[in-house]
Amino acid sequence: MINIYEVYETNKMIDQEQLDVRTITMGISLLDCIDSDLDTVNKNIYNKITRVAKDLVSVGRDIEREYGIPIVNKRISVTPIALVGGPACHSPEDFVTIAKTLDEAAKTTGVNFLGGYSALVSKGMTPADENLIRSIPLALSSTERVCSSVNIGSTKTGINMDAVKLMGEMVKETAEATKDNSSMGCAKLVVFCNAPDDNPFMAGAFHGVTEGDTVIHVGVSGPGVVKRALESVRGENFEVLCETVKKTAFKVTRAGQLVAQEASDRLGVPFGIVDLSLAPTPSVGDSVAEILEEMGLESVGAPGTTAALALLNDQVKKGGVMASSFVGGLSGAFLPVSEDQGMIDAVNRGALTIEKLEAMTCVCSVGLDMIAIPGTTSAATISGVIADEAAIGMINQKTTAVRLIPVVGKDVGDTVEFGGLLGHAPIQRVNTFSCEDFINRGGRIPAPIHSFKN
Amino acid sequence: MTKTIITVVGKDTIGIIAKVGTYLADNEVNVEDISQTIIQGYFNMMMIVDTSKSSKPFGEMVGDLEKIGDEIGLKIRCQHEDIFTRMHRI
Repeated sequence: MINIYEVYETNKMIDQEQLDVRTITMGISLLDCIDSDLDTVNKNIYNKITRVAKDLVSVGRDIEREYGIPIVNKRISVTPIALVGGPACHSPEDFVTIAKTLDEAAKTTGVNFLGGYSALVSKGMTPADENLIRSIPLALSSTERVCSSVNIGSTKTGINMDAVKLMGEMVKETAEATKDNSSMGCAKLVVFCNAPDDNPFMAGAFHGVTEGDTVIHVGVSGPGVVKRALESVRGENFEVLCETVKKTAFKVTRAGQLVAQEASDRLGVPFGIVDLSLAPTPSVGDSVAEILEEMGLESVGAPGTTAALALLNDQVKKGGVMASSFVGGLSGAFLPVSEDQGMIDAVNRGALTIEKLEAMTCVCSVGLDMIAIPGTTSAATISGVIADEAAIGMINQKTTAVRLIPVVGKDVGDTVEFGGLLGHAPIQRVNTFSCEDFINRGGRIPAPIHSFKN
Repeated sequence: MTKTIITVVGKDTIGIIAKVGTYLADNEVNVEDISQTIIQGYFNMMMIVDTSKSSKPFGEMVGDLEKIGDEIGLKIRCQHEDIFTRMHRI
């Protein structure tokens, strides 16, 4: 029988340490909505999403209330739209009509974000892929809740450098198209290498073609809980440190697994995976940076940061894997600068640069995430950053992502405010030496030698 | 049948158990176990109850108990037991 101290511990995690389930994401296949007529596709998409996800938000709220654990977001991911809209869309503008339909469906179902305005172009682009990519600036500036992602490389295929070049330009155009709103469009656009099919986290969620018709994925959180647990083992050796992280991750993930199973049962939709990522929010005490500092760093960015992050990630996975029957998605610590108060402070005190963040992504942070850069940064430079990050993913057989926001009209020293969960960010310096001739070569970077395993 | 855990946390005052107990009796909820202790200076009470005979929807009961808590200046929560057993038992 459960005892009063265990009950107290769980409720303290919820009340004081920001333990929550970050998202319940329903993946919905739109492959059965495909038609060669644009109006029909739009109608099919709206009808399917609003039919299968009509109870998602209310079921999420019920679970939240009955178990007393907050579920911060209820979201939807759909089949990459380049595949769904291909036969009907013959121009970028055609694709934008689907973006608007998705936005309407998101509003009707009450979810705060819908992901999957995506193209998978790790080896090459079809005309539909290219039209979708070229439609992203207009799609993100004329919708509110739609998120977009593009996979431009993988360990198996190498890196599609034509797509990398194009995405640099699209990030710039999206920033320009949403300049009246702090270039916010870029906060809803992720460029991936090795994108997973079952990621529940925005902005990069899409429902991969390897998935079933509908599925429920859950993303857990809990940086605050890990940080508090580590406070009790200050000065202890690494063995004690690692054990503490592992045990805490186990508990956090069990809560996520319970919510996932309940949501799956009540909605009549199969359970997919639990994503073990530690996801911070801008609120105080919910920061990944603070965990790393609790381990003994004066500031995130100090020497030792990469090692601290590596051990944190590994222990979170070791504890989490045992707690859930299926683990997937991104399952790596998120370091979104604007969404983590500890990261923001580290940038402001000059301790954390983009180069150090890039090094940290080698040991399994997911990528360069929510980093505001000067609006004058060139498209080629953004492509160069994307290529670097994709190379890390390709060579290390892991997911990497880039979500940069070149804020129009702002420069190093300024701050940009996104509001809500997206937080605020100081504009960070980017190396301005040119990589234009490198990016302009065009073509593909071949798959690495260790991808040939057959 | 899964049990329900009711917790009361706050400053100790007269009549806490009476108030919560009356509400539960009125709604045909059976109390199976009560324990209480002081943790970090706060009064903590936990009840393990069975709501299977109650006609009250669970969500409403959560809200009603919250309201009773607000009236006497305490935090009262009502949660399915699963959240605790999953976190603390393998």
